[in-house]
Amino acid sequence: MAQAQAHHDEHPTGISRWLFTTNHKDIGTLYLILSLIMFFVGGAMALVIRAELWQPGLQIVDPHFFNQMTTMHALIMVFGVVMPAFVGFANWQIPMMLGAPDMALPRMNNWSFWILPFAFTLLGSTLFLQGQGGAPSAGWTLYPPLATQGGMGTDFAILSIHMLGISSVLGAINIVVTILNMRAPGMTLMKMPLFVWTWLITAYLLLAVMPVFAGAVTMLLADRHFGTHFFDAAGGGDPVLWQHVFWFFGHPEVYILILPAFGLASQIIPTFARKPLFGYDSMVYASASIAFLSFIVWAHHMFTVGMPAAGELFFMYATMLIAVPTGVKVFNWVSTMWRGSMTFETPMLFAVAFVFLFTIGGLSGLMLAIAPADFQYHDTYFVVAHFHYVLVSGAIFAILGGTYYWLPKWTGHMYNETLGKWHFWLTAIGFNLAFFPQHFLGLAGMPRRIPDYALQFTEFNQWSTVGAFILGFAQLLFVYVVWQAAKGGQKATSQVWEGADGLEWTLPSPPPYHSFATPPKIK
Amino acid sequence: MSAAHGDYYLPSPSPWPLLITTGLFTLALGFVLMINSVGAGSWLMLIGASVIIYIMARWFGQVIGESEGGQYNEQVDMSFRMGMAWFIFSEVMFFAAFFGALLYVRQFAGPWLGDTELLWPGYDFNWPTAGPKGPVAIAADTIPGANQFSPMGAWGIPAINTLILLSSGVTVTIAHWGLLKNNRGQLILGLIATVALGLLFLSLQAYEYIHAYSQLGLTLKTGSYGATFFMLTGFHGFHVTIGTIMLMVILGRSIKGHFRPDHHFAFEAVAWYWHFVDVVWLFLFIFVYWL
Repeated sequence: MAQAQAHHDEHPTGISRWLFTTNHKDIGTLYLILSLIMFFVGGAMALVIRAELWQPGLQIVDPHFFNQMTTMHALIMVFGVVMPAFVGFANWQIPMMLGAPDMALPRMNNWSFWILPFAFTLLGSTLFLQGQGGAPSAGWTLYPPLATQGGMGTDFAILSIHMLGISSVLGAINIVVTILNMRAPGMTLMKMPLFVWTWLITAYLLLAVMPVFAGAVTMLLADRHFGTHFFDAAGGGDPVLWQHVFWFFGHPEVYILILPAFGLASQIIPTFARKPLFGYDSMVYASASIAFLSFIVWAHHMFTVGMPAAGELFFMYATMLIAVPTGVKVFNWVSTMWRGSMTFETPMLFAVAFVFLFTIGGLSGLMLAIAPADFQYHDTYFVVAHFHYVLVSGAIFAILGGTYYWLPKWTGHMYNETLGKWHFWLTAIGFNLAFFPQHFLGLAGMPRRIPDYALQFTEFNQWSTVGAFILGFAQLLFVYVVWQAAKGGQKATSQVWEGADGLEWTLPSPPPYHSFATPPKIK
Repeated sequence: MSAAHGDYYLPSPSPWPLLITTGLFTLALGFVLMINSVGAGSWLMLIGASVIIYIMARWFGQVIGESEGGQYNEQVDMSFRMGMAWFIFSEVMFFAAFFGALLYVRQFAGPWLGDTELLWPGYDFNWPTAGPKGPVAIAADTIPGANQFSPMGAWGIPAINTLILLSSGVTVTIAHWGLLKNNRGQLILGLIATVALGLLFLSLQAYEYIHAYSQLGLTLKTGSYGATFFMLTGFHGFHVTIGTIMLMVILGRSIKGHFRPDHHFAFEAVAWYWHFVDVVWLFLFIFVYWL
């Protein structure tokens, strides 16, 4: 349309720009800001948990509020921080990386974002309903019979999950359609940047499992209020049914939280190693294999629930298979760095730490995959340590690294490299201090989700609490660095990084409002 | 890839997404308050639902206007098609959760519950069941006594409904052929027949529910059988309702002269959706009513 051409860089100003926007960059920014705000909300909850666990006994919060904190911390970090951050990256980067003017379905794109603040208002309001039972407190996994009891906080959580599900499904449809239908001529699938590939696969996972989760919480709601017996053995149902349906969603969900992080690492590492990504094709196939396997391993979260031995064996072996494609990825990242001309700017520091620390989380995952050993580890702090190694030093480190990587492109200014490095080192040290001792606590038998513990666990818990506070407060530095770059500073070139390769680096920094009005030529 | 990137249609900023979200939020909040018997929950639901319906009408109205105004090229059309196809896929997965629950209680949880003598000694599992503490199942479509229920038989209304939905799949295809041949009469008549069959299906389904509640002792609370029966058929019936409304919209548009043989995404989207509810019904007929 001529109209679109004429409006090339024009947009409404003030608040309506953000409320009604159909622009992928504005929507990406909104996603990222929401994610950052929720990061501090969820982080504050984590610090409440760690403060309570500073010493044995009950000192700061009562056990019911502690349970609300563990539940809300998880729901917010999963659905309010990591997923919106990745969708924010997808919005900013996918059209630029594919040579497209915008996302395929721009109005729906705005809708998938604006559902989120409303859904989190619904969820967060439960914290102010302490008289009615407060926030959901059955854990983010919402296992019945615990989740079929309790106050209306769980109902708020269920309805907000429905809204989050609508947002995720619409967002995933938009990403799939953009990738399949909006690529510039010549941008074949196997030329797409790996971040785009991992998002394509992630979007399929979302489409397949978010509706299953919606169905599961609908059954839970019916059991709570409409007298059904899905999860009640007295009526011929089974509480374990919930666990199967939940984890059929839940396991692919954790890969939804990590696959785009793989994509981010695969963009950053080649740039600062100044070498093309080693084994591009195998990276694509490994991502697809991991996504496929994620559908047939769910019951490894349920080894102690009393499954038949055949089930235990199947889910154990299927889970261990995931180590193969994941190993391919780690091998490829290391091989990309091998004999590269490496420099260690902040994005690269986060990416290298990602490879190293995520691998630790992967190996503890392999330990948990062994059914007989899991009988010992199940529901201990070993599990907590494991999933924080894959989600914090995996997903969050990739998100932080990706932000530093593209911040000069988005804002047009270089960030303060010295402060960035400070942020990295404080984050990395705080993180390891917070979570490495939790492996030992778990192996020694400290159970998760309990506000009190035996005396012998005190010292490791205190290390962990100190680490958590360093990790939490270091993020204020991150906000400052981002704010500083957004306000001004040294002008960034189009290329930004010497070794950067890809279509987004052919656009000026900051890029025009509509990325590619005419399709670029693909080599 | 088409070479149409340069003139790709980029919609201007739109108030609809944010406004429909306020409706969605009000509906969800009202629902939570209603099921917990707090305050004016049902009024909030009514307001929320009205906002959603009104905004949907305006939003779809704008898109229809843009489409009929020729602002969409082939690439936009393809985006819409892909979007609808993957939306239907997500709907399939929503039903999969409930079919999975049915499979699990019938094939695993039920037999295990019947085999163990620890929890409820003397309980033998046979499908349909309302569980060890629920009413006892008797033969299908018979009048139950006290503490009994009768499951829904397959070869009465459900079999008729199967024929109705399969026929409606044929009539919507006849309408599509009419559209492709630019035969407006065939298009409109085919759609009228499809809408009528959809409404007939829904009426029979409503009759079946009343029959179940008033005569068969079969309700949502009738253990795992009642829960899976009403949730699966209920969500299917809800989707048929949505589908019928969508058919009515494209019927109205057809009467107004919308759609061309080479440009009718909305028609095909509705037809796909209709075939989707049809296929879900076939699975329901086999696994819920018949086997």
